[in-house]
This record gives sequence, structure tokens and C-alpha cells, in this order.
Amino acid sequence: MATQTQFHVLAVDDSLIDRKLIERLLKTSSYQVTAVDSGSKALEFLGLNGENEDEERNSSVESVSAADEDHQVGVNLIITDYCMPGMTGYDLLRKIKQSSSFKDIPVVIMSSENIPSRINRCLEDGAEEFFLKPVKLSDVNKLRPHLMKGITTKNEMQSNTNKRKGSEEIQSPDRTRPRYNELEVV
Amino acid sequence: MDFVNQLQRKFIDYSSSLHREGIVDDQFTQLRKLEDENSPHFVMEVASLFFEDCEKLINNMAIALEQKQGVDFKQIEECIHQLKGSSSSIGAMRVKNACIAFRSFSGAQNREGCLRCLQQLSHEYSLLKNKLQTLFRVSVASRCLYVCLVIFCRGNEHAEPFPDVLVFQLEKQIVAAGGSIPRVH
Repeated sequence: MATQTQFHVLAVDDSLIDRKLIERLLKTSSYQVTAVDSGSKALEFLGLNGENEDEERNSSVESVSAADEDHQVGVNLIITDYCMPGMTGYDLLRKIKQSSSFKDIPVVIMSSENIPSRINRCLEDGAEEFFLKPVKLSDVNKLRPHLMKGITTKNEMQSNTNKRKGSEEIQSPDRTRPRYNELEVV
Repeated sequence: MDFVNQLQRKFIDYSSSLHREGIVDDQFTQLRKLEDENSPHFVMEVASLFFEDCEKLINNMAIALEQKQGVDFKQIEECIHQLKGSSSSIGAMRVKNACIAFRSFSGAQNREGCLRCLQQLSHEYSLLKNKLQTLFRVSVASRCLYVCLVIFCRGNEHAEPFPDVLVFQLEKQIVAAGGSIPRVH
């Protein structure tokens, strides 16, 4: 049996229609998806709770929190809308980047407004990508390198004994290439 | 048999006309591509959610514009923002454009202008709803017919090759029209 680990994406959007759309886009791309309707619900899911209890009262429960005693939830990427009541996508980005447990999770922002200053601020503060809505399959295809990078970084840290000289590309099948031990690369 | 071809042609023509008339744009095509055997009714489901959302927002705006003590234009702008977003996501181009026009009048706090825009918006929404519901009816009818034909062919061991060819043609037409083949077990 192939041991293919599915990437898990946490999608955050206050619009039900946009949540349905992003969920379908991600599932079509074979990602596991959890969709929530607010930043505070997202933090709750990740186990970064304790704040913004007022907002939780207004948000409907769309998904059950997977964070119990083991507060390390297996989320590989977070994709969030920018404009949301209460906590914006930018606020969520900042909170994630400030968290020691989750700062390395790639965050992608979506917005219906094309405002360069907004886009730049998000990218400067750690967002990997900024998608203009409506989000398409071609946008979702851009997520894969960010997800793969997470695996690569982990493996490179495990097998970092090699020191490379010069700028030659080493293609030999030895320890210099990242190994995808746990993951079958399609 | 000819009826089947006619039905398929009707579906394709109707679908094209929706694009030509600007009722839907490329985003709608993108949604259709996301349908597969795991999610064969995705577009219909999202469209239903959109209809509910749209009706609620139009209603809220109508009430807000009727307020004698003063119109809450901020609330109207929020409704427009929501509706513009969801219509854009589903590919409802004319509804989206109606929202954009509406936004400038609400920004200018022009009540009369807003009332006219709301009327236009309602009109575009009704048009979209009627057209999409017709499209879905034809789509469902085609798929039902396809399923019946497949069951007929499989159940009939003495079936002529002709029905198989017909089934294959119908399959091709469904895919060409952007639909997905229903799985028949």
C-alpha cells in the first residue's frame, strides 16, 4: 500500500460561498481541507486559544477543533481571506508568525481588492502568496511548492552533513538530494 | 435517438448563450470544471447558496433604503461588498457589475440612485436565477437519460451496437458541454 501523506490545508473565510469554492479547489488538488469562518476559529483549531472569545460567539461552528492535549495539529498550509469581521486575514497572519509552534507554516492571503499597499504589507510580513479573488485552480497549483518546501527543509536538516563546493548542480542519487521518506511524490 | 441529440444540443447552445449574454463569465466555467464523480452537483449547490444569499442581501438593502429616519449607507455598502464578492466567485458577471454601479451611488449617499440600482440588481438576479435553473434542469435531464441508456444497454445482452455508439456520443457531448459523466454501477 502506498504511504502517501496528504497535505492538510486550513482555509479561513467568512463567506460561505467562498469557503465552498476554496474547499472544492483544494480537494480537487487532493489536499485534505478544514474550513473555518473566522480567524479566531482558525486559532482555536490550531490550539492557539485564549483570545477573542467575543468573536467566537458570532461565528458558526463549521469544523470541530482537532487540537486537544496534543496541540500540534497537522496543518501544512493556511489560506485565509483578508477582509473578515473581527480578526482580519492580516491579523491572523501576524498571530501565526508570532507563534513559535506555527510560524513556519506557510500562509497565503486571498482578497477581492487589488490594493498594492495591502498586498505588499502581507508579503513583507510573511505571507507566501497573495491571491486575488475569485480564486482559480491555477492559483491553487501555486501552493504545492510552498508545501513541498516544508518537507524539503525538514529532510535537509536531517541530512545536512554534505558540504557542496562551487555552483555545480549535483544530480547524483546520494545524500545531497532531499529524500522524501515519508512522502510519495506524485 | 434524435431527441437525445436535440437535448444535448439545447444544453450546449443554452450554456453558450449564457456566456454570450454576459450572464456568466469565465469563473462559471471554472466552477463547472471542478465537478467530478465525487462532486457531481457542485455548481448547483453553490448556485443555490448564492440565490439564498442574494435574496437575503437584496431584502436587507430594500429595508435599509426604506428607513424614514435615515438610511444606513454603511450597512448597504457592506451588503454590496458581500454580494459583489459572492457573485464574482460564482461567475455571475451581470450581478457583479450591478453591484459595482450600486457601490458608487451608496458611496455618494444618493438614496434615489440606490433605489434604482437595487431595482436593476433585482432584475439581474431574477434573470440569472431563471437561466441557471433552466440550465440545471436540462443538465439533469441529460444525465438521467444517459443513465437510463446505460442501464438499458447493459441489461440487454442482445442490444445492437448502435445504442452503445449512442451512449458514447452522449458521453462525449456531456463532457464537451463541460459536464461530468455520472457513474452507473
